[in-house]
Amino acid sequence: MKETVLWVVLPYVTITIFVLGHVWRYRYDKFGWTTRSSQLYESRLLRIGSPLFHFGVLFVLLGHIGGLAIPASWTEAAGISEDAYHVVAVVIGTLAGFCTLAGLAILIYRRRTTGPVFSATTVNDKMMYLVLTAVIVIGLAATVAANVVDHGYNYRETVSPWFRSVFYLNPAPDLMRDVPPLFQLHALSALLLFCIWPFTRLVHMLTAPVGYLTRPYIVYRSRDARMGALPPRRGWERP
Amino acid sequence: MRVMAQMAMVMNLDKCIGCHTCSVTCKQAWTNRTGVEYVWFNNVETRPGQGYPRRYEDQEQWRGGWTLNRRGRLSLKAGGRFRKLLTIFANPKMPGMDDYYQPWTYDYETLTSAPLQEHTPVARPKSLLTGKDMKITWSANWDDDLGGSPQHIEKDVLVRDLSDKVKAEFDKTFMFYLPRICEHCLNPSCAASCPSGAIYKRTEDGIVLVDQDRCRGWRMCVTGCPYKKMYFNHRTGKAEKCTFCFPRVEVGIPTVCSETCVGRLRYIGLVLYDADKVLEAASTPDDTGLYEAQREVFLDPSDPRVVAAAEAAGIHRDWIEAAQRSPVYALINTYKVALPLHPEYRTMPMVWYIPPLSPVVDIVRDTGHDAENAGNLFAAIETLRIPVEYLAELFTAGDTKPVEAVLRRLAAMRSYMRDINLGRDADESIPGRVGMTGELMYDMYRLLALAKYEERYVIPTAHEEQAHKLEELATECSLDYEGGPGMGGSGPFGESSGGAAPIAVENFHMLRQRQTSDSPVDPADKHTRVNLLNWDGKGTPSGLFPPEPGGPTGNPPADSGAAETEPKP
Repeated sequence: MKETVLWVVLPYVTITIFVLGHVWRYRYDKFGWTTRSSQLYESRLLRIGSPLFHFGVLFVLLGHIGGLAIPASWTEAAGISEDAYHVVAVVIGTLAGFCTLAGLAILIYRRRTTGPVFSATTVNDKMMYLVLTAVIVIGLAATVAANVVDHGYNYRETVSPWFRSVFYLNPAPDLMRDVPPLFQLHALSALLLFCIWPFTRLVHMLTAPVGYLTRPYIVYRSRDARMGALPPRRGWERP
Repeated sequence: MRVMAQMAMVMNLDKCIGCHTCSVTCKQAWTNRTGVEYVWFNNVETRPGQGYPRRYEDQEQWRGGWTLNRRGRLSLKAGGRFRKLLTIFANPKMPGMDDYYQPWTYDYETLTSAPLQEHTPVARPKSLLTGKDMKITWSANWDDDLGGSPQHIEKDVLVRDLSDKVKAEFDKTFMFYLPRICEHCLNPSCAASCPSGAIYKRTEDGIVLVDQDRCRGWRMCVTGCPYKKMYFNHRTGKAEKCTFCFPRVEVGIPTVCSETCVGRLRYIGLVLYDADKVLEAASTPDDTGLYEAQREVFLDPSDPRVVAAAEAAGIHRDWIEAAQRSPVYALINTYKVALPLHPEYRTMPMVWYIPPLSPVVDIVRDTGHDAENAGNLFAAIETLRIPVEYLAELFTAGDTKPVEAVLRRLAAMRSYMRDINLGRDADESIPGRVGMTGELMYDMYRLLALAKYEERYVIPTAHEEQAHKLEELATECSLDYEGGPGMGGSGPFGESSGGAAPIAVENFHMLRQRQTSDSPVDPADKHTRVNLLNWDGKGTPSGLFPPEPGGPTGNPPADSGAAETEPKP
């Protein structure tokens, strides 16, 4: 029962909130869809912290795609042994994780100590930072603990199949039963992060401007029909 | 030939008295909101001086505009698409708040709420960013009228390129004002820098705008614009810029800055240009060739072939007629007295300037010579290197010949018109010396000196069949559109959320909120804030006046809101 709630109900609730939340936010709050950059206030610390965090988190994302979405059988078919995969994943993952954490630490320090940045911080931001930090710290702790204390934990036999099973619409909550608590906690905190995601400034990730690489430099647009108050009424509608 | 129409402006710098009326009215109309306190879509700089933001012209530092790469092709100076995306997490070349200035307000409340004491209470400056006490050290026009120039004049970017002799002298010899708005370039580097594609050039009139719904706050446009006329709203996290007052221009009224210009030095009109030739012109190998290259891009609106092509391109007949009467085209191409600001940035700017002759005239007059005599003025233009070299750095990438030619025309006009005004026979040799006829010179004089409102601002309206789409036409209730803002306020994620309101609605609510507000920074309590800059003298915002004897009686104004009726301590 507990397994069903944690590893079936919660994930689907999260996915629903994540998708519908974004749709709703995009429809209702396009104007609020922004990075809310604070570079104008302070740039010295940001220039170290922000790339460190963002590139770190991009590598972490790639690592998670590799670890969760790609079945172990595929990597083995490609000739990568479990040990080789594990070493590469742990080294790069830990490195990227610590970069992310260091970047985040610098950014949070900057946010707290730079007056204008601090006064531009909303309650929403603080909550988001808390959850984000928790996810990263727990995830990093899980990796480090599993590899330092134990001899590594092969999440590709439990967490990954469960993760994929959710998307196959054939959830297998029992796989998560014996997963170490830190990994469980990391997964749950990530679910929480995805729940609040559409309602925070994190939405800017979904509009990463990759289209810039292909579009023409200068954009021409005709006068916007929506600029004014009403669409022009039909002749028979005029008073 | 692909004909497009461009709304453009020319400013006659001889007439600018540096009163900042354009800046103030523009600020009132467009940037009187939190997040853009430091923003001046229109600002007036004293030259020589650093400008706003400080030293914005130093493109070796700020990397704005375009440059030619090794293969001679046009590329963004701050780097291409990949470079932009790689540096998107922290823009390496973005001016900080200190390069503009830290916006502030005053703690006016102390003046009325301070207890009885020996010393007069003072309203201390408070930062609008932190709400803390601050020391005011800079502003958008801190070096106005060469104020503090012994310390600051060396920092003028253009001075670097002048000779040493000129440097030592020039703050004694001349000064003029340079009002600046967005250039609404034909080849806008801000739009090219925008990763989201939110900045666009309108096909109808060439006005460059930011789509507030598509801007994601990547800040690359701020770097991209060499004139630093893209601003980052630090509350909403979106870029904002001069709009050429499009809601006014669409209904045929000039921009706020032009309308309120005391010296009547601004001209607005259409220019037809060949969009196919823009890239080629912007890629002119030599910086000094860019002024001529840009003039070549403009099409003669009275040429029947151009008219035919314009009609084929869907430009309406009344727009073509407006282009034929355009004062801007006349000043640029017929009289050839207007010059572009910093053509070397290769953005093809569309706000042009008639350089000031007054520095030359002043010097000639101060030496006791006849400052209306064409010969004296011509000789002075040739000998006075200081103003000419400086103006050339500003308007022609350092090439003094076009500047000299313009100044000679202005000098000739001055001299020619004196004879006529004094009832003497006009000396037709004077216009001849600058390649003009007497008639042409008289027409130029009329346009520069006498032109009435309708001649200075030739603005064709948007078409009536589109009228319902226009922002400021009160043909329908501007509040009632789908998903409209109703009675204002902000969305669930604070000030920056919720749909963008029509400008008229936004201004209405903004002013109302401002009139009933009280503390300097926190947007959470913006409903009770007073900003004297925006207070229009109506209503009695809470905290602005001492309590009336006997409590708040009488009739509170209609807009008063809850704050006014609170009993005062």
